[in-house]
Amino acid sequence: MRVMEVQAPGLLTTVQDLGREGFGPMGVSPSGAADAISLRLGNRLVGNGEGAAGLEMTLLGGRFVFWEDAVFALTGSDFGATLDGAPVPLWASHQAKSRQTLRVGPTQAGARCYLCLQGGIAVQDFLGSASTHLLSGLGGHEGRALRVGDVLKIGAAKAKDLFRPRSLAATAWERLAPRKVLRVTPGPQSDWFPNAAHKMFHESTYRVAEESNRMGIRLEGAAISADLGGAWREETGKNACPTGEMISEGVSLGAIQVPESGKPIILFVEQQTTGGYPKIANVISADFHSLGQLRPRDEIRFERVDWETARALLREQEELMASEELFLE
Amino acid sequence: MGYTFAAMDLAAGASARFQFASDQSLLVYFDEQVGPHRSPDPVGTGADQPLQKQFTLEANENVRKLLRLLESEPLAGVRNLHPAYCSLLIKFDALRMRHDELEAILRKYLARLEEVKLPEPRRVEIPVCYGGEFGPDLAEVCAMRRMTEAQVIELHASVEYLVYFLGFVPGFAYLGEVPKELVTPRLAAPRRKVPAGSVGIAGNQTGVYPFATPGGWRLLGRTPVKMFRADRKELSLLSIGDRVRFTPINAERFAALEKACA
Repeated sequence: MRVMEVQAPGLLTTVQDLGREGFGPMGVSPSGAADAISLRLGNRLVGNGEGAAGLEMTLLGGRFVFWEDAVFALTGSDFGATLDGAPVPLWASHQAKSRQTLRVGPTQAGARCYLCLQGGIAVQDFLGSASTHLLSGLGGHEGRALRVGDVLKIGAAKAKDLFRPRSLAATAWERLAPRKVLRVTPGPQSDWFPNAAHKMFHESTYRVAEESNRMGIRLEGAAISADLGGAWREETGKNACPTGEMISEGVSLGAIQVPESGKPIILFVEQQTTGGYPKIANVISADFHSLGQLRPRDEIRFERVDWETARALLREQEELMASEELFLE
Repeated sequence: MGYTFAAMDLAAGASARFQFASDQSLLVYFDEQVGPHRSPDPVGTGADQPLQKQFTLEANENVRKLLRLLESEPLAGVRNLHPAYCSLLIKFDALRMRHDELEAILRKYLARLEEVKLPEPRRVEIPVCYGGEFGPDLAEVCAMRRMTEAQVIELHASVEYLVYFLGFVPGFAYLGEVPKELVTPRLAAPRRKVPAGSVGIAGNQTGVYPFATPGGWRLLGRTPVKMFRADRKELSLLSIGDRVRFTPINAERFAALEKACA
């Protein structure tokens, strides 16, 4: 079996695929690539199925030595990579010769860069997925982020040693580029919030907090906790303020919950499966991959769309992902 | 907007309510949500009020019945299920079905809830070494509830708890209800790291932390038993609907069991 050695792990590098769905009743969240679009495209560039396991690097990439020839691609954010000193462009397939070193540097744009290898990273599946769930130490490579000296196995390629120069079409990249204006639909407790809170939420610019991670993206900016000048009382005649806690219920990916501090938290891929805070909105599925590219201190805004638009945008994205013009060969 | 009332006569006479949760998920509620109330999560900032009883055991039973029906007769396009106290979140393939299509199918399932037989509940005993370094909040709970340590331990171990659902992290079971003399709000500031196996209370709930995670529940003790293991066929020790009892053990027994469970 072919292997790759980790000489430097980077800041936070984990094995991820498209996650494990269907284990909510056990409290297991799907996990998986934070920017699933980039992982899927990376896999297709090297001839894998979309869901093969790759490496997700966060803010700072690692240094990897290929012990045998390998075919690889880097996707997601540009971390400035080189192969034995030669620049490696993003969004294209590349060939590495035995003993060559791939260096992936610090981010130049978004939060995450993906390394996909022909054959995929081979790890023991946990509940049908190779994805790492960091908090519980499950899945991936020993349930943890990579360390110096780790040796990763590379799976057998479908067509052995096949290298096809392939790159992503610029038009496709433009249409799939991560957004800073995230589109949202109403959350299940949307009508618990007074109009003034919704206005504040939609008109404010929020900043991604340092303590954000794969569980949740914490935001700084206009707090939604205050009574907003009595707006809630005026609208409803009730004294209670809608933020705070409620009976815990299942929470969806991209849910924007408002805890007592009033600072919104976007639940992300390693999210808790249930939660007890009201949700004012939910990021649409077509923008999930954009969440995966948010860095601390990034400034974002929310734009409300209706259900039909959310569905249409997802369909459009999947049609593009399935289209013939996606790659240049 | 995204919800409708289903004025159906369910087995228990309850009505189910549907609510869009996201563009790929739908919530089914089995009670009338009247407004903001509190229920402490294992993590978060302090809540100074105990859980108000806003859901019924019947509602939770309906959740378990619908879950069982959806597990035994899976619906094409449904990708995940998140049960909770009185609701079930259903995640679906948004390219394959719309909320209203899923809702129509679910109504047929709901009409059949009466015929769903829940399995005989499994009874699980969890040994707990109370107090000391394992239960750093025991003394404070005693002071707050004006009881001795022995009384608190006896009370906590005196009842059979129901697993309402598993959530938060893999294997975390929400257990209720704690005897009312023991109902205590959780910590004002959550701990950054609660050791795995810690047994805590919050409001009228109790639970065991399966992994070292942040947590705001008051810790009374610790169990040497592993709540979730990737190398075990039954990954999670507890499942929804199980009945749980805590058995007090001493430090020697804890050490012996910890060795055996490793």
